[in-house]
Amino acid sequence: MIRFEHVSKYFGERKVLDAVNFKVERGETFVIVGFSGAGKSVTLKHMIRLLTPDTGKIYVGNDLISTSTGADLVRLREKFGLLFQGAALLEWMSVFDNVALPLREKTNMSDAEIEKRVEEKLRQVNLTGVHDAMPSELSGGMRKRVGLARAIVMNPEIILYDEPTSGLDPVTSRAIDQLIDRMRLELKVTSVVVTHDLFSALAIGTRIAMIYDGRILEISRPTDFIRSQNEIVKRFLDAQYITKKGAWERTDHETQ
Amino acid sequence: MITREPEFLPPPINMRGRLGRAVLLNCRNAGRALLILLEAMTSLRFVLSKRSRPVVLQQLYVTGIKSLGVISVVAMFTGMILALQMGLELRKYGQEVNIGLAVMVSMLREMGPFMTALILAASVGSAMAAELGTMTVSEEIAALEVMSISPVRFLVMPRLAAMMIMTPLLTFYACMLGVVGGAIVGATQLGVSVPAYLDNATRWAENKDLYVGLLKSFVFGIMITTICCYQGFATTEGAVGVGRATRRSVVVSFLSILVVGYIITRLFYQ
Ligand SMILES: Nc1ncnc2c1ncn2[C@@H]1O[C@H](COP(=O)(O)OP(=O)(O)OP(=O)(O)O)[C@@H](O)[C@H]1O
Ligand SMILES: [Mg+2]
Repeated sequence: MIRFEHVSKYFGERKVLDAVNFKVERGETFVIVGFSGAGKSVTLKHMIRLLTPDTGKIYVGNDLISTSTGADLVRLREKFGLLFQGAALLEWMSVFDNVALPLREKTNMSDAEIEKRVEEKLRQVNLTGVHDAMPSELSGGMRKRVGLARAIVMNPEIILYDEPTSGLDPVTSRAIDQLIDRMRLELKVTSVVVTHDLFSALAIGTRIAMIYDGRILEISRPTDFIRSQNEIVKRFLDAQYITKKGAWERTDHETQ
Repeated sequence: MITREPEFLPPPINMRGRLGRAVLLNCRNAGRALLILLEAMTSLRFVLSKRSRPVVLQQLYVTGIKSLGVISVVAMFTGMILALQMGLELRKYGQEVNIGLAVMVSMLREMGPFMTALILAASVGSAMAAELGTMTVSEEIAALEVMSISPVRFLVMPRLAAMMIMTPLLTFYACMLGVVGGAIVGATQLGVSVPAYLDNATRWAENKDLYVGLLKSFVFGIMITTICCYQGFATTEGAVGVGRATRRSVVVSFLSILVVGYIITRLFYQ
């Protein structure tokens, strides 16, 4: 569905992506993990052409998105929903208007239909009773969820999530995980999820990719990921107390 | 695409390189600003569509009604100062009744459009740059592009429409208030009766003065919107960048108002 071929990206002298190759299959939930500043958001932005690779090609389906412009790009972007890391809500519009925006601008739906759809999506992300609130009145986690509702409101084929659960409490995080999983199972949506949260990565990912220093260190299924022999992957897993059994193993003072 | 990737240029080798690059970059920026203007102009056909109407009304309110106070004060005092300065000189020759003409013509031709444009650039224009700049750095513009909603049609077009309508109206209002200010000074300080003043003012001023002034203000309105929106979209680097974009938008607007104002005057008054 999405294919990176030798994609490199420089910001000035700094090489942020270094000949990255991978492929996201149709209908899978592809999770990207990695340290802060590793290039996860940059990778995600390449998929929807908010950034253009310096070398290499990016395909969406059979179309080359990395060089497309105009009507072609519009058509390709229509397949996507994107949740930005900072939510990127339009600050002067209410929550309802923010979520309804793509419907109002891009479809001929009636006001009643729009209202119904927006309600449904807000309920799916566990947000109710904030209809008329302005984004500046919301907490960080609530903004994230409004952003998520906006990303899925057009029922896109591919959804890109940049840290969907960061800043959320564990219960809401799991609800979002279930939402992502349900979309894969019921609607056959292809998802790419950038996250720091290994628990959700292991729970929802069909495959997990670890980015380190602009390269893909490892791509594997969750069960193989936690058994990885790669030193850096191991360090990443250990930092979140995840062992080969995939469970907690407390080694600190409490057990002593 | 309005959102742009960060640019990293190697440092220029020498003075000549620096100068050349500055010229090239400025030309490119002017070109980009013109493209934005072009797209905004073509999307003006949506100005009355159901979706745009509330936004346009809102912009009309912000541009017009909110600026009325400052413009009233500035216009009034400009007229008063003009009347006083010229009145004192003309009185030496017993010609003080001609302040009517002097105030009317200088307000219509220069001071009205000029003052209004400066005020709008400093208040409305800088706000546009700051708003769009903040939206750019918080990725709201990128979000619009991802949804294939043109930021130019969605954000610039209503602002452009409001400025195209409001700048000439406010200019006309400023001119009239300036004339009133002149009349007050004439009556209270120079002993020129109000009817004599008004008679003098309307007898000699030509329609051409009015039309050229309004044309000028119309052009200023378009220029301010283009410059300030462009600076907003070109913002990089967070809050510091928003500050920089705002400052630059005001400076560039002021300079362009002066230069273009001269050029238009030169075209119509040989
Ligand atoms: N607009 C930009 N200009 C310059 N450098 C950038 C820009 N965007 C990203 N970078 C650089 O690219 C690198 C990767 O950034 P990216 O945002 O992809 O990190 P990330 O993996 O998403 O990190 P985090 O988990 O903290 O969000 C960083 O070192 C950052 O400095
Ligand atoms: Mg990131």
